[in-house]
Amino acid sequence: MTDREERRITPPRGPDDPTAPETPLRRPGDDERVRRAIRSAIEADAGPLPPPPANTMEFKAMNVIALDHIYLAFDEPILEDVSLTAKAGETVAVLGESGTGKSTILKLLLRLLVPERGRVFVDGEEITQLNFDRALKVRQKMGMVFQGAALFDSMTVYENVAYPLREHTHLSEEEIETRVREKLDFVDLDPDKVMDQTPAELSGGMKKRVGIARGMANNPHIMLYDEPTSGLDPLTTGTITHLILKLQRELGATSVVVTHDVRSAFRMASKIAVLANRKIHFFGTPEELTGSDDPYLRDFLGGF
Amino acid sequence: MVGGASAAQPRRASLTTPSDLLQRFNNAVKRQILSLQEFFVLAGKAIGFIFARPFYGGDVVQQMDAIGVQSLAIVLLTGFFTGMVLALQSSVQLKTFGATMYIGRLVAASMIRELGPVLAGLMVAGRVGSGIAAQLGSMRVTEQIDALNTLGTDPIKKLVTPRVLAALIMVPTLTIINDLAGILGGNVIAKAYVGIPTSLYWRTVWEQIAAGGFALKYVPHDFVHGLVKPFVFGGIISLVGCHFGLKTSGGTEGVGIATTRTVVTASILILVVDYFITQLLLAFLGS
Repeated sequence: MTDREERRITPPRGPDDPTAPETPLRRPGDDERVRRAIRSAIEADAGPLPPPPANTMEFKAMNVIALDHIYLAFDEPILEDVSLTAKAGETVAVLGESGTGKSTILKLLLRLLVPERGRVFVDGEEITQLNFDRALKVRQKMGMVFQGAALFDSMTVYENVAYPLREHTHLSEEEIETRVREKLDFVDLDPDKVMDQTPAELSGGMKKRVGIARGMANNPHIMLYDEPTSGLDPLTTGTITHLILKLQRELGATSVVVTHDVRSAFRMASKIAVLANRKIHFFGTPEELTGSDDPYLRDFLGGF
Repeated sequence: MVGGASAAQPRRASLTTPSDLLQRFNNAVKRQILSLQEFFVLAGKAIGFIFARPFYGGDVVQQMDAIGVQSLAIVLLTGFFTGMVLALQSSVQLKTFGATMYIGRLVAASMIRELGPVLAGLMVAGRVGSGIAAQLGSMRVTEQIDALNTLGTDPIKKLVTPRVLAALIMVPTLTIINDLAGILGGNVIAKAYVGIPTSLYWRTVWEQIAAGGFALKYVPHDFVHGLVKPFVFGGIISLVGCHFGLKTSGGTEGVGIATTRTVVTASILILVVDYFITQLLLAFLGS
């Protein structure tokens, strides 16, 4: 029996699964009463529930972003027992081989996906249980830069950057234009040149910049980046990395950067998480990572 | 595997055991039911959002242009030629009975009640339904749908509702144009080939419309038939397109699959639903 078949026969979740982390199994559809009961039990730090992580309160208070024992599976497991935290102003880089579920972590933070077990906190608020409308509100706190920039190709660059402002603020058209120009300036693009262009007319690096400008248009205090430097030449990679650093300094945003670019991860990150085999293999500072003598990590870092 | 296949057996063999086949069949049925459920949830949300803020008026106008105005040419062409061929065929048949003066009635009856709505529906399904699926599908695979979600916009509200609303308005409009083009096409043939004067042709057309009876005293039953159908077809085309578009997975290949599925499903649904609407309307209106 192959490994793959075995996984399918014995579903890795469920009450009988001894490997399951001892967090309550909850889904978005659970009714409010149960949710409240669970929450109050957690807050009272007592009750018949499976014990939440001992530091729950601390967990919520100190971390702007926290993943708590996440388990996620579609047909087969994607993430198992993944925990991550980021304090205010910190930058966490998530490293890992392709297909290890790195981008999935961002989708969990945005609540585009809901984990089967475990909890996701943003600003101390648990977002796993939120309904669609509340989730939209939470997402407004975050700016996301997509791997392929994901610019709306039916809109011009100006409309793309202005989009979050038009959707969620009551700024006048002049104020929006000022803000768009400011953001395009910030990402080193000439507003007069690019504003009326469509995304199809831009180069890969320029698209990334516009993507960053759109992500930060609303001045979010959390920034998420999905492979910000993938598919770019080394020079552009350098400038994008520099741009992200500049943005962190100016916005003071808490950031999560998903990347396989070890070099830029070390330049940006205050903490690094290495995903391997669906689990967090390492989570710590860059210094701890370079100091580690774990064979997988040494292998992964290669010549770095 | 479930049937006790050992690790030594090749994978292919294990897939053909009866219980495994049953399992696969079971999964396929579940997937279909889930898809159907998702379709109805999408339809409910899309229609509910028509009445909820914020309104994306600009998007609705843009879609009305894409769905309606840009389909005008094909609808005019198909209508005109269908009317012509109807007149031509019926002139041959009616000649046997010496009843060629009834060409107008025949063309009007077929165009307004059946051919107009169904042909317009099928043409729009091919042109617009596929376009909707392709556009939303590529937005899905390039993460633009995720981006909308991330920027705090409900993609159903921003993308699906305007398309549905535009289709609900424009498909009936196109049908009226299609009907007129068809009757006009019949007129050309009736005059040129059969020698029926235009005034007589149009009088017989009106006689046919009036003969069907009136709803609410002034609305001919023919018009009720001819407008209820395209309204429903508009909903079907836009919703099927959006459903398959938003469900797209698997890169550009997935976009192609979504497009094909949309056209096939929407076309079949139009023909099937057409029958049932006709049945219902006949039961309610009596003619």
